[in-house]
Amino acid sequence: MLIKKPDDIASSEITPEAVYLRRREFMQGAAAMAAMAVAPVTFSAPSPLPHTPVDARADNPFYTGEAQTPFSDASRYNNFYEFGTDKSDPAKYASALTVDPWSIDVEGEVDKPGKYALEDILKSVDIEERVYRLRCVEAWSMVIPWLGFPLSDLIKQWQPTSKAKYIQFETLYRPSEMRGQRSAFSTIDWPYIEGLRMDEAMHPLTLMSVGMYGRELPNQNGAPIRLVVPWKYGFKSIKSIVKIRFTERQPKTSWQGIAPREYGFYANVNPKADHPRWSQRYERRLPSSLLSPNRIRTQMFNGYEEQVASLYKGMNLRRYY
Amino acid sequence: MADVTEKARQPLGMGWGKPLVFVLCLLPLAAVVYGAVLGGLGPDPVKALIVMTGDWAIRALLVVFSVSALRSWSGWSRLLRFRRMVGLFAGFYASLHLLVVATYLFAWDWIIVLEELSERPYIIAGFAAWLLMLPMVVTSNNYSVRRLGRRWRQLHRLMYPVMGLAWLHVVWQVRSSYLEALIYGLLIVVLALPRLRRFQLAR
Repeated sequence: MLIKKPDDIASSEITPEAVYLRRREFMQGAAAMAAMAVAPVTFSAPSPLPHTPVDARADNPFYTGEAQTPFSDASRYNNFYEFGTDKSDPAKYASALTVDPWSIDVEGEVDKPGKYALEDILKSVDIEERVYRLRCVEAWSMVIPWLGFPLSDLIKQWQPTSKAKYIQFETLYRPSEMRGQRSAFSTIDWPYIEGLRMDEAMHPLTLMSVGMYGRELPNQNGAPIRLVVPWKYGFKSIKSIVKIRFTERQPKTSWQGIAPREYGFYANVNPKADHPRWSQRYERRLPSSLLSPNRIRTQMFNGYEEQVASLYKGMNLRRYY
Repeated sequence: MADVTEKARQPLGMGWGKPLVFVLCLLPLAAVVYGAVLGGLGPDPVKALIVMTGDWAIRALLVVFSVSALRSWSGWSRLLRFRRMVGLFAGFYASLHLLVVATYLFAWDWIIVLEELSERPYIIAGFAAWLLMLPMVVTSNNYSVRRLGRRWRQLHRLMYPVMGLAWLHVVWQVRSSYLEALIYGLLIVVLALPRLRRFQLAR
């Protein structure tokens, strides 16, 4: 039987990042020796980012002790369609993106609208580390140590009005640097739009991330600033944000627009609500291998049920998927 | 005289044409095994294997499907010799594809298999395509050709529904880009059109 339940892996058994990076070197060497004409994907290593390390206690909801996905996988296996539809495209092509200078337009039902420079935003918050599970709607998952700050810190500064019921986020639209936006065959109507209900946005788990693995975000992971909502499918965690709009009405998000039967506004991880085209009951925790595929059961709200279930009390989650 | 021109048009003689095509057809398998053993398939090798085997199954099908068109355009009738072999490889890669899916996605859990086969149109289409390939695979030998005679050709018209189902299997999985489905679709239509006309003329 090839399928095995994953054993619980003690943190002492997690291979340090440096060793994984050497493994990659070894593999590249082996590939070169085999004269495979595969150029290794290279991107300059992001700078270290000072931060408060995560409190690695078992009962800390901002920390999971599960084996972390190595940086080399988390930074080379991405869905970021602005750079192409293949998982390896973002790592190959995101270096074309200029992330400095960067600012976020804040609009809509808010007392302090305006254009906020990223460096000013970062001066007003404390960067902390959080280790979250990330569950993609395509039934694979990772464990990633993010660096960032609660979105609620910013929302409080910008002071939304009483009419603000939702927040809409927008990714950069810059076809000159984002080759996927130049594709004629894309199903996505750029720019990419996502949204949250206000109480979801204010939830302490909801993170604005500016880094991972102790460093700044690589471009392909959504530099310089992205959202991380760990109890929702990955596509909700919008990357490279340039606009935040406070609205009274529920935003129309990109995937909802493409396939409303398949992708709802909420997109909460839910093993009981299948994607019409595939089952959501299991996931492959990456890195997986053919000998141990690491196929595990998907948890309700991606394992954050205790923290977030109250947000959806009384809601039919199969209807509001 | 006619014999000479025939020969001049056939640089690939019986001697090494078939072994060459055989080795070419094995290259995708070599890539799969190489990746699986050396780990070059990335952090999600299951997905990579499924995509690779599926891609090569449909590409082999397209090659088979294009042989008669290529023959009439190039006049190179010996192409037919390779058709059955490539067809068998299409069946081989499709079976490998199914095996990987059943092992790694469904873990041979029959409840999941039944559920997927009853609920997901793209899986139904893909599985039906594989089922329809089976009688062609089984009859891809000289004995069957002789034995079945005219009915052999009729049986192997199953290629048309197989091609259509395989395309549905691809197009119903489109998430972010139509490009691949579009290329396959165009190829199928371009290759099928002259034959449809022939059917019409025959009537």
